[in-house]
Amino acid sequence: MRKQRRVGSRLFMALVFLFLYAPILLMIIFSFNAGNSNVVWQGFSLHWYEELFQDRSIMQSVYTTLLVSILATVIATVAGTFAAVGFYSMRRRTRGALLAVNNIPMTNADIVTGVSLCLLFVAVFGFWNEFAANYQVTLNLFGSVYRITFPELSLGFGTMLIAHITFNIPYVILSVGPKLRQMDRHLVDAARDLGCTWMGAFFKVILPEIKPGIISGALIAFTMSVDDFVISYFTGGSSASTLAREIYSMARRRISPEINAVSTLLFVVVLALLVVNNIREARIAKAEARRQY
Amino acid sequence: MKSKRSLLALPYVVWMALFVIAPIIVVVIYAFTTAAFDPTMANFAGMGTYVSIFIRSFQLAIIATLICLLIGYPLAYVMAKEGPGFQRVATVLIMLPMWVNFLLRTYSWMAILENNGLLNQLFDAIGLFDLINSIFGTDIEYFRMIRTQGAVVLGMVYNYLPFMILPIYSVIVKLDRSLLEAAQDLGANSAGVFRKVIFPLSLPGILSGVTMVFVPSVSTFAISRLLGGGTHMMLGDLIELQFLGGAYNPHLGSAIALVMMIIVIICMWVMNRFGEGEEQAVVL
Repeated sequence: MRKQRRVGSRLFMALVFLFLYAPILLMIIFSFNAGNSNVVWQGFSLHWYEELFQDRSIMQSVYTTLLVSILATVIATVAGTFAAVGFYSMRRRTRGALLAVNNIPMTNADIVTGVSLCLLFVAVFGFWNEFAANYQVTLNLFGSVYRITFPELSLGFGTMLIAHITFNIPYVILSVGPKLRQMDRHLVDAARDLGCTWMGAFFKVILPEIKPGIISGALIAFTMSVDDFVISYFTGGSSASTLAREIYSMARRRISPEINAVSTLLFVVVLALLVVNNIREARIAKAEARRQY
Repeated sequence: MKSKRSLLALPYVVWMALFVIAPIIVVVIYAFTTAAFDPTMANFAGMGTYVSIFIRSFQLAIIATLICLLIGYPLAYVMAKEGPGFQRVATVLIMLPMWVNFLLRTYSWMAILENNGLLNQLFDAIGLFDLINSIFGTDIEYFRMIRTQGAVVLGMVYNYLPFMILPIYSVIVKLDRSLLEAAQDLGANSAGVFRKVIFPLSLPGILSGVTMVFVPSVSTFAISRLLGGGTHMMLGDLIELQFLGGAYNPHLGSAIALVMMIIVIICMWVMNRFGEGEEQAVVL
């Protein structure tokens, strides 16, 4: 009876995983298709991979995606960790209010976040550009005249990066916060009593304690950045195109199988990284289990 | 010393004021003004035209959320009963699809659901259409799956299912085993243990899962565009049209976004009341 139930639950899991992975498997299979169909198999070929590396716009969009995701993750992780440490040394009520604001980008619909940031940027840039068009600074230095004009600003990589940082920080704070709460507060006091400076206590005591939270926060942030389409779509303007935007604009006509190829490559890289990481973690867990005996 | 440490949060507080609070204020200003920035309520008065779109979006999102819950809860439950190694692998496997951009995964579904797509080919190969035609005397060559509301719901379930599974799983896996044993010792059968102990304790996970599926579902525009073929307009499509589409009118778009936001907030508030979810939302 118990065994039957176990088989049943395994079967159920297998079905759900089949559902989750069927489209990805198809994508991988059809990236090796000789023809340009996503439905009819016309023989094995690496044709689309060759095309991919010669396609400027797709390679550029992959580069933009990775760059914005990595930059946003690094900045959000550092800023979010500091912010979380700051939040948890505040009074309860202040912290509660700030955490409520912190939750807004997470619970708000992506489209609302994207649209509102887009409107803000457009409004601010409108004022700025009017100012920039009318004013310039003339400097007279050592006899030579420098004319400084202010650059025109528009939606692009910078605004997209700001948007990504904004929706990533909350995830970092949310995964660092619980670690800070679990931490023994006396540890910091002890470090200070033993002559540690304020910053020293942060780096030597707090940081190692909350490290797992920081790592998982960074991982979630990166995942969210890579998976995002809606917010990039509204804040990236026409100049900064991510892979998702490239796919979206292609979908109106026809998506080139090169996209299957590039996604397969990215998927394989991520899979390899995760497998390595998993093996490493399993080893650490095993070593710890052994140490306890 | 303590106040000194809280200064670490200052940059982010400023950042939040600039990029979280200020944008919302801008949206509110846009929603209540005309193109010349004169105050008006006209943007809201014209909302009546879009009632059917509001109803459709909420309907489809509710259906998708329920399906996600019906699949996600049992999955999280049986997953939490497995060994630690299995759990680690399963968690990674659930998160992994998110690394393939969701538009691409949705596009892949198009190839599966098309009239001459893989699913219809499969049905044809096993003789399903011949069977149906011989029984009912019909003349079907394919099932129409793409460009239907069902396809849109499928796309939502597919894309947001991990957001339902992970929060529920993370709550169930942390449940105190001794509580379950105590309930059994006190005479509860396994259904009783589930109904009286496990389910109530997993409510925070359910609430956060429901939020994380419902909110993106109700506001999606890419999924309805790709799988719905643009025939069943949803709230997301409507808003997108006002900002980057043909019907450029950011003031009306802001008003629609604001109304949608308020309805969602009310829904969440009612649900939290209902679930007495005092605990903090659990994310991933």
